Amino acid sequence: MDFLVTLLTNGGALLHSTLVAATPLLLAALGETIVQRAGVINIGLEGILLIGAFAGVTTCYMSGSPLLGMLVGALSGLLFALLFAGLTIGLSADQIVVGVSLNLLAAGITGVLYRGIFGVTGQAVQVTTFAPISLPFLGTFPVFGPALFQHTALVYLAIALVPLCTFFLFQLRAGLQLQAVGEHPHAAETLGISVRKVRTFALAMEGLLGGIAGSYLSLAYSNTFIEGMSAGRGFIALAIVIFGRWNPSGALWGALFFGAATALQFHLQALGSEIPYQFVLMLPYVLTILALVLLKTHTSAPAALGQPYNRE
Amino acid sequence: MTARPTSLVSLLLALISAAIVITIGLSFAGISVSSVFANLWLGAAGDAYRLSETAVKACPLLFTGLAVMLALHAGLWNIGAEGQLLLGALATAWVGQYIAALSSALAIVIVVAVSLSAGFLWAGCAAYLKQKHNVNEVISTLMLNFVAVYLVSYSVHGPLMEVAGQYPQTNPLPVTATLPRLFPPARFHLGILLALVVALTVWIFLFRTKAGFRLRATGANPTAARFAGIAVEREVTIAFVLSGALAGLAGGIEVSGITQRVYEKFSPGYGYTAIAVALVGQRSPVGVVLAALFFGALDAGASAVQRTVGVSSVLASVIQAIVVLFLAAYSTDTIQRLISRISTRFALLLLVGVAFLCSH
Repeated sequence: MDFLVTLLTNGGALLHSTLVAATPLLLAALGETIVQRAGVINIGLEGILLIGAFAGVTTCYMSGSPLLGMLVGALSGLLFALLFAGLTIGLSADQIVVGVSLNLLAAGITGVLYRGIFGVTGQAVQVTTFAPISLPFLGTFPVFGPALFQHTALVYLAIALVPLCTFFLFQLRAGLQLQAVGEHPHAAETLGISVRKVRTFALAMEGLLGGIAGSYLSLAYSNTFIEGMSAGRGFIALAIVIFGRWNPSGALWGALFFGAATALQFHLQALGSEIPYQFVLMLPYVLTILALVLLKTHTSAPAALGQPYNRE
Repeated sequence: MTARPTSLVSLLLALISAAIVITIGLSFAGISVSSVFANLWLGAAGDAYRLSETAVKACPLLFTGLAVMLALHAGLWNIGAEGQLLLGALATAWVGQYIAALSSALAIVIVVAVSLSAGFLWAGCAAYLKQKHNVNEVISTLMLNFVAVYLVSYSVHGPLMEVAGQYPQTNPLPVTATLPRLFPPARFHLGILLALVVALTVWIFLFRTKAGFRLRATGANPTAARFAGIAVEREVTIAFVLSGALAGLAGGIEVSGITQRVYEKFSPGYGYTAIAVALVGQRSPVGVVLAALFFGALDAGASAVQRTVGVSSVLASVIQAIVVLFLAAYSTDTIQRLISRISTRFALLLLVGVAFLCSH
């Protein structure tokens, strides 16, 4: 019971690290939600994160500006997503194969370039990071102020994107067309919607968001690049999309849940808990499978998910 | 799902395209292209020891590549080979504690059986979820991969941690349970021969038995297979658990043949690379053997490149990924139509021409 008491008194810190850990997951999951709503599964999201993280660090190292790093990170994510689009939308290549290969490519390229640019000095490269911004008035609240309103700009951006994405998907004409493409591409095409254009657009959005998520990892979550530092977050984002039933607000809850598991793991370790931290980390994956079984979430999946589209 | 007549042309074109892209990339980085390729070759096939290393690196890729290929013939992606391999390895390390007193032959048979079963059961979870609850196998196996990663992490920090208690790793397997090395000091072990036997068995099963025919019919056209009286769901389950068993065996053989222990990051992603191996192998067992050797050679060669030229050994991943991406692109209907429009002879002429240009 002792550690539970400590845990409660540490609630503020726990909440803070939950948001910090949830942000990259949320950004990536929002991107994947848009893409899957358009009927595409992009397993290569993990690679996009890694590329974004690397491009972010390199740019920030050269220029000293985390903001510029994030922008270049977003653009390299975009480029990577467009490569996926060219192969799977342009040529109708298999989405799983291309996704898995892009992950392999990202791991390889970032590894080779990191060693090529920064050498093997044994000391990891260090860059300036995004500084936390305390929101006026809100940031001064006890406990909740530091926990919720003293974060880097990217945290606020990620959360602000949730209502924006919801508005886009469910209110805007373009968003409804995107959903139509994911549900029934052939019907959408007869209505004059270009399936290829819509899907490419969705992937471009995901590339930007994934790139930002990646640069968050290297420019806010940490201040360096480590090979393979995306550490499966792209795959967690895939789980969050299902968990959130293909809704941006669902993605927010999913990301917070997975973020909390990460944060809790560190706190439990720090508090010397008896619960093996691996089980805390494993929990979200197990729960995602359970959610698929119990909530029948697959019925809310876009009907044409993962199917390549040929016009004839 | 059968190989097209033009598929070999696609593969050749993919290899050539990848070589060109790598050459351009290295030249841009100001790295000597010839020394990279020369060291890749020397590192993979320079002498008998290096050849053995290529085979050693190819071994887990061959097992997992066959696993992915088998599922693919039934129309399924087994993205879960990574998790199944880890479970196979973990089960081997666990059973290793109890078989020190047995004869070597019996101990090795137990290792094989236990790792097979672990992979079988782990894939069985995904198959059960698919059949009973309609859970997509790509998603469930991805999740199960991570569960496996943390199970390994927990085990090597907890119940299976070495007695010395110094590092998060399991005790070494007892000597009786380790696979004999055939040409010491080279690491070429009995498991590599076993992998070839398994490849042959898979070939016989798929192409020379009724069960294999039913499985392939299911993958080629499930609707037609159902009309022909094949229990499609059953075939899908069989293919998936067999695939898992092969991936589990990959883990058992790797522990017993090479690492002796299980630790975190035990697998550098064999299960994911296996997807590329199955694809480059054109979904044929012989092709998968050759593809696994090719990928193993790249891994072995890239280590040499890192030592001599200083380019990180993950260069192997870059080359593998680029080959597969080109192959995936060239295998699409759009490009296939383009290729078949050009006459085969002209294509061959083109290939020779490009190869000639490359060599200069």
